[in-house]
Amino acid sequence: MTSPAPEELHDVRLRVNGSVHEVRVPARRLLSDALRHDCGLTGTHVGCEHGVCGACTILVDGRPVRSCLMLAVSAVDAEITTVEGLTEPDGSLSPVQQAFSDCHGLQCGFCTPGFLTTITAGLRENPDPSEDEAREMIAGNLCRCTGYQNIVRSVLRAAEIGAEGPASRSTDVDGGGEDR
Amino acid sequence: MTTKLFGSRVPRVEDQRFLRGQGRYVDDLLHDDPRLLHAAVLRSPHAHARVVDIDVADVLDVEGVVAVWTWDDLTGPMAEPLPLLIPHPTLTHGRTQYALAKDEVNYVGEAIAFVVATDRYVAEDAVSRIRVDYEQLPPVVGIAAAREAARAVHDDVPDNVGARMVQETGDARAAIAAAPHTLTLDLDVERSACTPMEGRGTVARWDPDTSRLTVWSSTQTSTGVRGCVAAKLGLDLAKVDVVTPDVGGGFGVKINHPWPEELLVPLAAMTLGRPVKFTEDRREHFISSAHERAQQHHVEVGFDDDGRLLGLSVEFWHDHGAYTPYGLIVPIITSTQLLGPYKPQNYRVAFESLYTNTVIVTPYRGAGRPQGCFVMERTMDAIAAYLGTDRTEVRSANFIQPDEFPYEHGLVFQDGRELTYDSGDYPASLAKLKELVGWDEFEDFRAEMAAEGRRVGIGLACYVEGTGVGPYEGAHVHIETSGRVKVATGLTTQGQGHQTAFAQIVADTLGVRFEDVEITTGDTRKMPYAVGTFASRAAVMSGSAIHLAALRAKEKALRIAAEALEADESDLEIADGVVSVRGTDASIDLGTVAVLSNPLRYAFDEASKAATQFSVGDPGKPPVAEDDEPGLEGKDFYSPARSTFANGMHAVIVETDPDTAEISILKYAVVHDCGHLINPMIVEGQIHGGVAQGVGGALYERMAYDESGQLLNASFMDFLMPYVTEVPTSIDIDHLETPSPLNPLGIKGAGEAGVIPSAAVFAAAIEDAERPHHPDLAITAMPISPSELFELRLAHAAEPAAEPAAEHAAQKETR
Amino acid sequence: MKPAPFAYLRPSILEEALAALAGTQGAKVLAGGQSLVPLLSMRLAAPSMLVDINALPDLDHVTSDDDGVRVGALARHADVLASSGAAAAQPLLAMALSHVAHPTIRNRGTTVGSVVHADAAAEMPMVLRLLEGSVDVASVRGRRTVPAAELFAGPLETTLAHDEIAVEAFFPALGPGAGVAFQEIARRHGDYALVGAAAHVETDGDAVTRARVGYVSASDVPVVVDVTDAVTDPAGDPAAAALAELEPAGDIHASAAYRAHLVTVLTPRVLADATDHARRRAGERSSA
Repeated sequence: MTSPAPEELHDVRLRVNGSVHEVRVPARRLLSDALRHDCGLTGTHVGCEHGVCGACTILVDGRPVRSCLMLAVSAVDAEITTVEGLTEPDGSLSPVQQAFSDCHGLQCGFCTPGFLTTITAGLRENPDPSEDEAREMIAGNLCRCTGYQNIVRSVLRAAEIGAEGPASRSTDVDGGGEDR
Repeated sequence: MTTKLFGSRVPRVEDQRFLRGQGRYVDDLLHDDPRLLHAAVLRSPHAHARVVDIDVADVLDVEGVVAVWTWDDLTGPMAEPLPLLIPHPTLTHGRTQYALAKDEVNYVGEAIAFVVATDRYVAEDAVSRIRVDYEQLPPVVGIAAAREAARAVHDDVPDNVGARMVQETGDARAAIAAAPHTLTLDLDVERSACTPMEGRGTVARWDPDTSRLTVWSSTQTSTGVRGCVAAKLGLDLAKVDVVTPDVGGGFGVKINHPWPEELLVPLAAMTLGRPVKFTEDRREHFISSAHERAQQHHVEVGFDDDGRLLGLSVEFWHDHGAYTPYGLIVPIITSTQLLGPYKPQNYRVAFESLYTNTVIVTPYRGAGRPQGCFVMERTMDAIAAYLGTDRTEVRSANFIQPDEFPYEHGLVFQDGRELTYDSGDYPASLAKLKELVGWDEFEDFRAEMAAEGRRVGIGLACYVEGTGVGPYEGAHVHIETSGRVKVATGLTTQGQGHQTAFAQIVADTLGVRFEDVEITTGDTRKMPYAVGTFASRAAVMSGSAIHLAALRAKEKALRIAAEALEADESDLEIADGVVSVRGTDASIDLGTVAVLSNPLRYAFDEASKAATQFSVGDPGKPPVAEDDEPGLEGKDFYSPARSTFANGMHAVIVETDPDTAEISILKYAVVHDCGHLINPMIVEGQIHGGVAQGVGGALYERMAYDESGQLLNASFMDFLMPYVTEVPTSIDIDHLETPSPLNPLGIKGAGEAGVIPSAAVFAAAIEDAERPHHPDLAITAMPISPSELFELRLAHAAEPAAEPAAEHAAQKETR
Repeated sequence: MKPAPFAYLRPSILEEALAALAGTQGAKVLAGGQSLVPLLSMRLAAPSMLVDINALPDLDHVTSDDDGVRVGALARHADVLASSGAAAAQPLLAMALSHVAHPTIRNRGTTVGSVVHADAAAEMPMVLRLLEGSVDVASVRGRRTVPAAELFAGPLETTLAHDEIAVEAFFPALGPGAGVAFQEIARRHGDYALVGAAAHVETDGDAVTRARVGYVSASDVPVVVDVTDAVTDPAGDPAAAALAELEPAGDIHASAAYRAHLVTVLTPRVLADATDHARRRAGERSSA
């Protein structure tokens, strides 16, 4: 076997959460790895690397996409949002994030970023989902901890918070008490 | 007055970082360190082979490859087999693998070579360039092949039997022979696995300036990993720190240690003088971590006209895979915990733990209990069907009664201690469950659905779970001069919300604000004495230890405050971090008490001036009394004589499609008794997750090995973990709280409970749905897919259904 | 699970892409990548070069007219699913697309890519066959139209040459008096079907004049069976007729017998649904 030729590197401008990241990567670099290791945005998690689990879901031009199924070089023209970009400009939690806290929608937190991005886009499309629609919205993401019960509730709660507007967001310690 | 937090649905403090993408899991660490190297592992493609030759000549040419190891490169303890963590006298033929295979591989996925490169892509390129000559050997796949023993996994293990173990109380076989009724059942459970969303991972950094090794691992035991790393690498324990960062789920698989990579990564970091990271990918997790569940059982039972057990004899065969690093924990748990809430008069259990050329078996949430529960509850259902009695009545006839606690079974549990139940009220739990699921109204519902051409069935299952096994956990509570409270306990966290639940305990015990408490887990720098997170033990063990340590800190705070306030200790109370004299305005905050607890020579701020030599102390006495220590701290350990036994009962209503044999869940009900609840929200979350995992184990997930030992479904595409669309749309939960007398908080473990009865409860409900149409159809193997239910229907449609349904409960009657 | 190295080209005009494919042994087209990238990561595919067509202009269209629906090579499943024009012209598209994986995958995966991936377990290759559609392909040699009946050569194999790019798929519109239906049984919601079936029924008044059923996962290539005779014969058994043409196989998720059974369950269901659909549409037309 001969030793392989050095790999060609590509200069890629990634626009993530409103910032530009100039990275130099081989063509094969998965977008998930570029975000995590080249941009330092480790909030996007990698759970299966074959597009089934949804942990790596990010928003590409506003649509949820598996970042493990995209090449970084192929993401040049896109506007990318990761979990780090979901918080409000003032640093407070977005309605979806707040809802997860209110409803105990997460345990180990590993799958959570993929749910948060998926639901954020889902509620933009359907701001007032029924319980069945809430389930449908998250039907492509795996979670091994929660049994999804409280994630479904989180979707509905996020819709509620979104409808109430930013002023009414609960962050008090007892906020979770109402979920049962 | 501080609100009591114990028992409240306090939102989790850890959520803030997780929700912002600021969790720090092992693969997130050192990502911006340009010196960081990445590892990949060459794994055996064969289930059983001799390794004749390994040629790595082509590897080092690859740009970016830094080093490669095979077994030949290992020395000293690293060249010896990995430890057998839990030896047992009956494990006469225990075997463990090497960190890198020496001469032979025994499962697809066994580590053979370890490559370190500048990134994982290059490391994988290098792995693909290693050439290995194998001499293939015939593999042993599955329990049937292992029992048949036509081929051996290990040449020096006769009949593939690693262990044989028998426990007996009374004379079960004689009692069965004398019983008025007997049944025989054969019951199988297939392999499954924990499959946390985050696989295994380890990062290590060697600091040549201090000769100190830091290891971050996605483990359920940092102290365990630390001990192994030090021993294997020949380092003093004091030179090794192991830190468990955020962990993306464990469910048991991460309690096994050391994984080969947990040793090879630190070895590489020391050798190369650069930090090294290994992050297991999903395929690796399927073929090189651990599985569980596969067992075959043969049951003989004798009972009276009321279904009361007179004698129960269970023989089973446990597939432990290629090696036995975790000893016999899983089959011992099955053999003891299958008894559930019942008291057979005479019980005998015998098992063989068998080698196969498949991935090793270590505990997976439930750890042998789902199989035991399946065996016992299928037996109960069979008895009920035989007698034509309601299934709940047969169970009631066999329950240990509330006045019989502590109840001694006369058996030895997995911790080497007597199997003695401490608390519970099984009749009350059953009454709650019947109410919750609508047991007594079900026949009406069945008739209603039948009128629409729909098939529904109901099942229930009961379990008892030994939780909070020893030997111990400890805690250290430190009240800083700021008044903030830093607490360390050594066991690790994989999403259970320990930072919240433990802080609730501290806030209540100490009388401080919840927000002022910060919990650290799994860091050997903070608490080097610890065991780990498994067996639903964290709340019981560390929760109790934290409570005890907080009490010690409180005692000291009161003593110092009493002196400062010139009051009697018994007149003091602490609330919101302030010590006050009851009924007066006199008070001192805990931060100030902390200042006073530590006599200083040098002031560093306003507060600390109060502790310097010209401000405090009796000049005639030593600044720190002989029996005292500086600082406002408390440290304690909790080490119970034996486990505490949680219990619960589940019921499910399913619908089976008459045409497609698809199985859907209409209602799922849980009654759960884990003693006092620290945070009901977290406990319910644990139950939800357990139930979902149970649904997976009962209806979707299995490890599909072919005859050659290849795992055919080593991906999330084909290993069917439930999505939201596969789990019940709601899980109705009711709690019963019978406090444990064994610990100061009256708590029992809750982590595994949700998954234990699933196989049993679904088998019962599906069988119940099918019985009116296929009277002799029995569900004796789990999991079950629509395809398998279809085949069962075919097999049982052909037989005449002349006899009453009840008599076909089990495959065979013995009399 | 990281891809092996490959060269990469992201052309901005089609001719450049075609030239690269023609000039590079082992080059492959990257569009949505939802099937290709997992194969790369598992190192089950190792192309020498990826020609990324995502920057090519004028390929992301979903256009509909009386003839049917034209779907460009860069139109995502989600785009086709969201197109009201497509739904009106050929309702089977939306019926089938809602079963293609999960919405997140549909956001990136392309319908044309799915068709030429030629997976017998996937919905869209079968749908193209059932509707008797076609694929327009381009290469340095020019363009040609490949009818669906001539597209599928074997498991995961089409008759396209390695240097050809499928630039558009054409799904004919649903004719007057015709109806369609789709059903599938999957282990988990969103999984590949254990068996799926789509029916295309043409009617004239109350009479069925033509009935065809396409199957997913019931053979190793997308199969469409003409069951007109079995449907029009009162003693006919369309499912049996279909099974004679199918080769359902067993795997870890289902036995061959169970798959065959599902064919017998789904065939009459989709035929009945499609016939209803045809009659409903005829009714709507006559009342309109």
